Amino acid sequence: MPELDRFDVVVVGAGPAGLAAANAAAGFGARVALIDENELPGGQIYRASRGSISASVREVIEDLSKKSVVRFDGSTVFEAPSDGVLRLWGPRGTQDIGYRSLVLAVGGRELFLPFPGWTLPNAMGIGGLQALVKAGLDVREKRVVVAGTGPLLLAVGAYLLEHGARVPIILEQAPLKDLALFGAGLVRYPAKIGQGISLGRHIATRLRAGAWVERAEGSRAVESVTWRKGGKSFQTECDFLACAYGFVPNVELPQLLGCEIQDGFVKVDDQQLTSVKGVFCAGEPTGIGGVDLSQVEGRIAGLVAIGQDDQAEALFGKRESWKRFARSMDRAFALRHELMELSTPDTIVCRCEDVRAGDLVAWESSRTAKLQTRCGMGPCQGRICGPATQKLFGWTQGSVRPPLSPVPLSALGRPLDEIEN
Amino acid sequence: MTEVFDGIVVGGGIVGCACAYYLSERFPKVLLIEKGPVGGGSTAAGMGHVVVMDDSRAQFALTQYSQQLWNELFPQLEPSCEPRSTGTLWVAADEEEFSHVDGKRKLYESNGLRAEVLDTKAIREAEPHLREGLPGGLLIPGDSVIYPMTAAAWLLDQARLRGAKLLQGRAVVKMGQGKTTLDDGTTLDAHFVVNATGDRAQTLTPGLPITPRKGHLIITDRYPGYVRHQLVELGYLKSAHEMSNESVAFNAQPRATGQILLGSSRQFVGWDPGIDRNLIAKMVARATEYLPGIGSLSVIRTWVGFRATTPNSLPLIGSLQHDPATLVAAGHEGLGITTSLATGKLIADIASGVESKIDRNPFAVSVEVKS
Ligand SMILES: Cc1cc2nc3c(=O)[nH]c(=O)nc-3n(C[C@H](O)[C@H](O)[C@H](O)COP(=O)(O)OP(=O)(O)OC[C@H]3O[C@@H](n4cnc5c(N)ncnc54)[C@H](O)[C@@H]3O)c2cc1C
Ligand SMILES: Cc1cc2nc3c(=O)[nH]c(=O)nc-3n(C[C@H](O)[C@H](O)[C@H](O)COP(=O)(O)OP(=O)(O)OC[C@H]3O[C@@H](n4cnc5c(N)ncnc54)[C@H](O)[C@@H]3O)c2cc1C
Repeated sequence: MPELDRFDVVVVGAGPAGLAAANAAAGFGARVALIDENELPGGQIYRASRGSISASVREVIEDLSKKSVVRFDGSTVFEAPSDGVLRLWGPRGTQDIGYRSLVLAVGGRELFLPFPGWTLPNAMGIGGLQALVKAGLDVREKRVVVAGTGPLLLAVGAYLLEHGARVPIILEQAPLKDLALFGAGLVRYPAKIGQGISLGRHIATRLRAGAWVERAEGSRAVESVTWRKGGKSFQTECDFLACAYGFVPNVELPQLLGCEIQDGFVKVDDQQLTSVKGVFCAGEPTGIGGVDLSQVEGRIAGLVAIGQDDQAEALFGKRESWKRFARSMDRAFALRHELMELSTPDTIVCRCEDVRAGDLVAWESSRTAKLQTRCGMGPCQGRICGPATQKLFGWTQGSVRPPLSPVPLSALGRPLDEIEN
Repeated sequence: MTEVFDGIVVGGGIVGCACAYYLSERFPKVLLIEKGPVGGGSTAAGMGHVVVMDDSRAQFALTQYSQQLWNELFPQLEPSCEPRSTGTLWVAADEEEFSHVDGKRKLYESNGLRAEVLDTKAIREAEPHLREGLPGGLLIPGDSVIYPMTAAAWLLDQARLRGAKLLQGRAVVKMGQGKTTLDDGTTLDAHFVVNATGDRAQTLTPGLPITPRKGHLIITDRYPGYVRHQLVELGYLKSAHEMSNESVAFNAQPRATGQILLGSSRQFVGWDPGIDRNLIAKMVARATEYLPGIGSLSVIRTWVGFRATTPNSLPLIGSLQHDPATLVAAGHEGLGITTSLATGKLIADIASGVESKIDRNPFAVSVEVKS
């Protein structure tokens, strides 16, 4: 049996939080591993396919390679088989990796709320559509309705326009007065990714605040959406619908490791330490707050992980100001209750197992619903329907079982590495 | 509360639900008490293979009787119970195992069950993904597969339609002499009380010889038709009987969804809920010996469950000698989905004082009473 390869610090997730953590830890000579299931580092925002990495990320990555950071690209952490050990599935098959300290920077995913037609082809998430365009999907002259909530709507709306799409409307569920309150922050947010988006007239004229998609129609793919604003319904024809209601944290790996979850997020202390010894968490799993908050949290975690507590403490003030910004976003984009009432009995809630809203009303918890209807039992293991049923029915999500994401059976066929103490 | 129930069933696994099902045919006032979700115990963890087993005569009788009862219910079951007549294909790994196949066939046939010996060519035709060159196997076409959780819920629903009641979310802390005490202090009265708490039955009826035996399962994504029958290695009985601490046998079940459920392991490690990766690795290796291409199929989940094991591998079905108002229906090991219905019948027979279709003696309960 091979001997376990052990690092001082292992960072899972190479988004803004993970990159910052790895850099901070490696800056002091620690042996650091950085794991991400994507082929390239960068996380959801810089998810740059085909080598077109933005300059700022390229810098960070070059920095990493100068330091002693070992990258495991295209590798998914799918299990935490024992104390201090993670299992990955990647280009070299199944690998076990040991750590003294662990930084979980696994990010978040988009929140989908079911409405009739949301599972039609060409209806997808907002980040999801943007990623497809980045990967080469041609949207020139295509009519794309962008809907949901949060600053992402405008950022992606602008991005689509730049790529030649026609964006007839952008539907923001939050009412106008809250958006106005949000004010400066909104302008500040998209500026962060340096895409040079300004809230120009071309966006403003398309934006409908206090408006949301009631249903999507179409026979083989989306052909139109019916949306609601001010007590009236409207219909708009389209080729694509990009709709999501903000982000939810990826808490599955932290849960598998036994980290305490509080109100849906990983509970951490001032030093980004979770309830489990030696395990830190940074970025979206601890709260949704954008790139800057993720970065500063990652840095703090990376520093504390190698004992640089003082350096970390110097960043607490900065973190607090980004948290304030995050809280104001949360307030401005709070989800309206009408969104929870859009599904009809035959609206699909769990896509993997084809479970419909009408099948779910009889059950009192996610566990009973899962046992009786298979809701959340499919390949995505409730990643999509779980957050939806939590919003819709108030169900808390059940336990997490390995593998965290589907892997070939042979990935489970390898005995654990020998642990040398 | 002065209400006196005819019968109280403690535990809403498939066994308790089957007891409620048959008791409610004969008694108007039946109550089932379940502390958690219905079917959320071992019933949620198991495989749902309804199989006639030739392990011992008593087991053959019980499983065969139970299978007949399942067959009677199949036309009525909700589609969500996923009843499927997959048959069981017992796979011989070598000539030695194959040499026992004909004896097994005779045994099934002499009991009125169909059985068919498959040679090396026929077995590959029946299951194209099996390894080439296997000597053959035995097909028992009458066996089937169900989805245990929904089947348990369905049985209970039927009982409730006949007037049985469900008390959910309360644990029983004490039972005996027709009295049942709940965790909120309430005491309920009944003419008889059935302990159907599975692998926990010995906590309510001290002295029951039940030990948990842990099993691991693996489920794949959907690959309809990859496996067509419930496949079990003929060496299975060897490993099921080994009282050694750990054993692994090949077992692959085609689910109605097209998923493949892979077993099986047996371990005596108490109620440790952790997943043993090295054991999983052995299961994968074992499955790959029989289905060489299976390693590339996508796995979506692994989990563990506990079988309630008894010293003679037979369930405990009967009343206590010193307390005839207490009935036990527990200790169903790896066959409780199959034997739930026969158990329910036997319990209803005992409660109403009638003879049963099969000999009840092998399942009689004897406990050492500590006074
Ligand atoms: C299109 C788009 C535009 C945005 N624009 C802005 C903006 O202008 N300003 C702003 O502040 N924010 C913006 N955001 C939000 C921003 O992207 C996030 O806040 C930020 O990326 C969060 O960083 P993170 O490191 O916490 O997580 P992520 O960026 O999500 O990174 C997590 C990483 O972990 C990896 N991972 C997860 N689980 C595993 C596992 N088990 N094994 C291996 N790897 C794993 C993932 O692959 C991912 O790469 C935008 C988001 C999107 C989608
Ligand atoms: C890995 C594995 C594979 C299996 N495969 C098969 C198979 O293919 N075919 C087959 O026939 N069998 C199979 N089995 C066996 C089968 O699953 C069990 O025998 C069967 O589920 C037992 O049912 P039960 O009702 O006795 O127990 P359970 O389902 O455990 O039900 C007991 C119930 O009692 C409740 N309870 C416990 N204590 C209390 C209390 N104090 N108060 C109130 N309620 C209480 C529990 O919450 C639970 O719901 C398998 C088992 C395992 C573990």
